[in-house]
Parts: sequence; structure tokens; C-alpha cells
Amino acid sequence: MTQTVFVRKILKPVVFLLCLLPISLLAYDFFTDNLSANPLDDITDTTGTWTLRFIVITLCVTPVRRLTKWAPAGKFRRLLGLYAFFYGSLHFMTYLYFDKFFEWEEILPDIPKRPFITVGFASLVLMIPLALTSTDRITKWMGGKKWNALHRLIYVTAIGGVIHYLWLVKADTSRPLTYGAIVAVLLGYRLWVYLAPKIASLRMKQKSVSPQTERGQLAP
Amino acid sequence: MLIKRADDLKPSEITPESLYYNRREWIRMASAALGGMAFGSLVWQDTISAPCQEYKPKAKGPYDTDEKLNSYKDITTYNNYYEFGTDKSDPAENSGPFKPKPWTVAVEGHVKKPATYNLEDLIKPFKLEDRIYRMRCVEAWSMVIPWLGFPLGDLIKRLEPTSKAKYVAFETVFRPEQMVGQRRPYLRWPYVEGLRMDEAMSPLTLMATGLYGKELPNQNGAPLRLVVPWKYGYKGIKSIVKIKFVDNEPPTTWNIAAPDEYGFYSNVNPEVDHPRWSQKTERRIGEFRKRPTLMFNGYAEHVAGMYAGMDMKKNY
Repeated sequence: MTQTVFVRKILKPVVFLLCLLPISLLAYDFFTDNLSANPLDDITDTTGTWTLRFIVITLCVTPVRRLTKWAPAGKFRRLLGLYAFFYGSLHFMTYLYFDKFFEWEEILPDIPKRPFITVGFASLVLMIPLALTSTDRITKWMGGKKWNALHRLIYVTAIGGVIHYLWLVKADTSRPLTYGAIVAVLLGYRLWVYLAPKIASLRMKQKSVSPQTERGQLAP
Repeated sequence: MLIKRADDLKPSEITPESLYYNRREWIRMASAALGGMAFGSLVWQDTISAPCQEYKPKAKGPYDTDEKLNSYKDITTYNNYYEFGTDKSDPAENSGPFKPKPWTVAVEGHVKKPATYNLEDLIKPFKLEDRIYRMRCVEAWSMVIPWLGFPLGDLIKRLEPTSKAKYVAFETVFRPEQMVGQRRPYLRWPYVEGLRMDEAMSPLTLMATGLYGKELPNQNGAPLRLVVPWKYGYKGIKSIVKIKFVDNEPPTTWNIAAPDEYGFYSNVNPEVDHPRWSQKTERRIGEFRKRPTLMFNGYAEHVAGMYAGMDMKKNY
């Protein structure tokens, strides 16, 4: 079995199923009455936490691929990103249903009025175009450059997700700040990849050597 | 601790706690709705075999609600008690090492009998009574809890505050070695709370030493806590070691942490939102639909008079 076949036929299905574990455990705990006295809040919290986790995991793919030089890592990016969108959509549904019971006259003013909901909602909305443009055919049609540019929106979603979390906690900010630190490292890595060649070329210029033309690619 | 209680009840009034359970009913309904009939019946079995802790509610008093009680399990596993951690499950999980005995309470300030009292001596003069109150958390959920305690006003009368005493300030014990949450500074420790004198003297204001007819579990604020049913739950300071009579509005912990979000009064008020979320509705633990939040948590007839002419939007 070649590595490509192994990744496609074995590893990807395994990861696919692993990604369903959080929702499966949540459902199991719900139906066996192992959640807290307020199970609806538990469902909201758990789906929200996993949304942020999947965004972070998705943002890890490119650095891991570059640092390990294991190209097939990139094959998991779409899968993981779509799971982030999946958990984010579930999380939003818990807000619409358990919190607001689909009472739109309550929901519509609530979204712009409550900053943490505004930010969370915007972060989810920004994932929609990414999910819609995730098929091979559309990626090809868009072309790598445009597709990459669009998918950098995930950076905004990641920051928005952290702010959403930070703005909803009452006193203990340690967990949202931990996610914030991880997102900062992952985005900082990209900034460094983007800037390092530029800085290098500037130095070259100062040494009055012909300028470097190589540019850092900012991949999502 | 000796628990004295009213014995004016008939065996017919004894209700097994399992009948109070309603959460599992809708979990069962939810599983049925999702086609999980087999699961649903399993859960139902669990309800029947759930340990029946018998609770004997006394005859209904003037301040008691006759709403369905939350289960002992709900009340003792879903807590906000940041001294033991910030997750709702933390207090039940982390409060094991806490030692509520022996216990002393320091009485200080403008009072004729300042002293440090043994808890037993402090509460000996009072007959403990059941009080079934709604508890509304500022996070928009609520429970119905059968407390056991005595009116704070009765204690205050015995302590004889002077005319200078306009407010009562309370303080929680500071024991970071037994309270893991106090090792981290997300709130300023020790926790402090306060009431205006008329609020403290209200017949609704309770010093609780128990719930469901038993001693308070550590996670609910053992051995002595305040219960002010028309205010948000955080006013109900737990594990009290100091009661001080003061002439000025005392500082309160959540007000120190976020003054624009938590005021001194903290009266339950559906018309004054928390800056970040609505207070119009609440989820009663065990219920699916949210219910409207009542002014003063439904105790307006007893307490609204104390705030006549006050702007509740300013004095939140």
C-alpha cells in the first residue's frame, strides 16, 4: 500500500470518525443523564468549545506540514475545517433553539445588541464561504491564489472565536486566554513565514546586493 | 450540630424525592422524539431505581413557594462557589477536604455584643425552619430549594446593633489550603457581601444551615450561609466567618470585580439586563422551555416597599 492510499483509505476515515467522538460522547452523556443539572447549557458549552478546538486544529495543519515536511498532512485540512463549521453550526443551533426557541423577534435584535453574540455570529458567518468553496471543483475553478486569499478568513474567525469566549466568561479568563495564546502563536507563525523573506531581502538591500525577489507565501 | 425542626407533619405529607424529579421526564421525551425509545426506557428505569431520599416538607409557610422542588442531586452538584473552582461541577468535586467544623463567627462593628462565637452557640437560640425559596442565578437559571435555617433578623436582634449600624457586612472564610479556587485571584478573596439593615431584617432573609432537612453540604456553603431570595444568587454569601455592623455601604466581591455588571443591590429584575445578556427569562433547572423572570424573583409583595422611589436601573 502506498502512502497516498494509506492516507486516503485508512487514515482519513479514522480521523473522520475521531472527529465525531465529541458529539457522540455528548449525546451518550445526554441520554444516560450524565450531564449536569443544566444539560442544555452543557450542550451549548461543549459544542462551542469544540468549534474553537477544531479551528485551532485546522490552523495547526499548515505549520505541522511545513515543520515536519510531511506533505499528506495537508489532506486533513478540509476535513478538519469542515468539522469546525459543523460544530459551530451545532453551537449556533443550540443558541437558536435552547436559548431562543426560534423566536426570531428575540433573536434578530439580540445578535447586534450583545457584543459576544455579535462576534460569535460573525465568526460563524465568515466560515460559510469557506465551507461552500471547499470542494475540489470549486477550488480548481477559483485558482489557488484566490482560494488561499479567501480562506485566510479563518484567521478572523479564530480571533473572533477567542473574543466571543473571552466576552462571555464572568471572572475566570484563563481558558479563553489560553486559546488566545495558541491562536496568537499559530497566526504569529504565518506572519513570520510571510515577513522573514522580506526582512531578509531588506537586509540584502542594505548590504547593497541585488534585491531578493522571493516572497513568502501566506497559506491558510 | 443538632437540627431542630417542626414536627407538625403527617406521614401522608412525606413525598419521596424521586417524585420531584422532572428533568428525566423531558430527557425521556427527547430520546423518544429522536427515536431512541430503547434508550428512553433505560433512562426511565433509572428514575425508578434512583435513591429515594425522603424529604418531609412541613406545612406551607407564608413565604414558601409550592413550586416543584429541584432534586437534592441538582442542588448539590450544580453550584457556583468560586472558592472551589469556576465550573458548576467543581464545588461538589473539590469541596471534600473542606472542614466546616469546628466553626466560629466573629461579630464586629456597631453592635452591643461583639464577640467571636462558636457556631453552635450562635444558632442555639433559634428554631430551624424549612423555607422553600426560588433561587435565581445572575446567569439566568433558577432552582427551587428547600432551605433549613432561621431569619437573619432574629439573630441581629439578639446581637443588638447600635443606631450607627446601617448595613451588615459578611465575609467568607479564607482557606486556600482547603479551597482550591482561592489559590487563584480571579476574584478578590475573601468573598465579601452586604445588606442594608432593612434588607437584613426582612423576614425573608435567611441564615441557612441546611437544605432538604439535612446539614448544608460543603458545596452549598457549609456550615452557615446567607439566603436572600429576591436577589441574585451571588448575594447569598457562603461559609460565613464574619458579620460586621457598619455605617456605610460595604464593598461586595462581584461589584469589585465588575462594577458595571454587578451592583450592591442585585435585586432580581427582568427589566434591567446584565450588560452582556438578558435577564427577562430564566431556565428553571429541570425544565426545557425558559420561563419569564419575575420582579424581585416573585417576592415583590414582601420586599418592593424597601425600594420605593429608588431608581432600580441606577441601583442595580
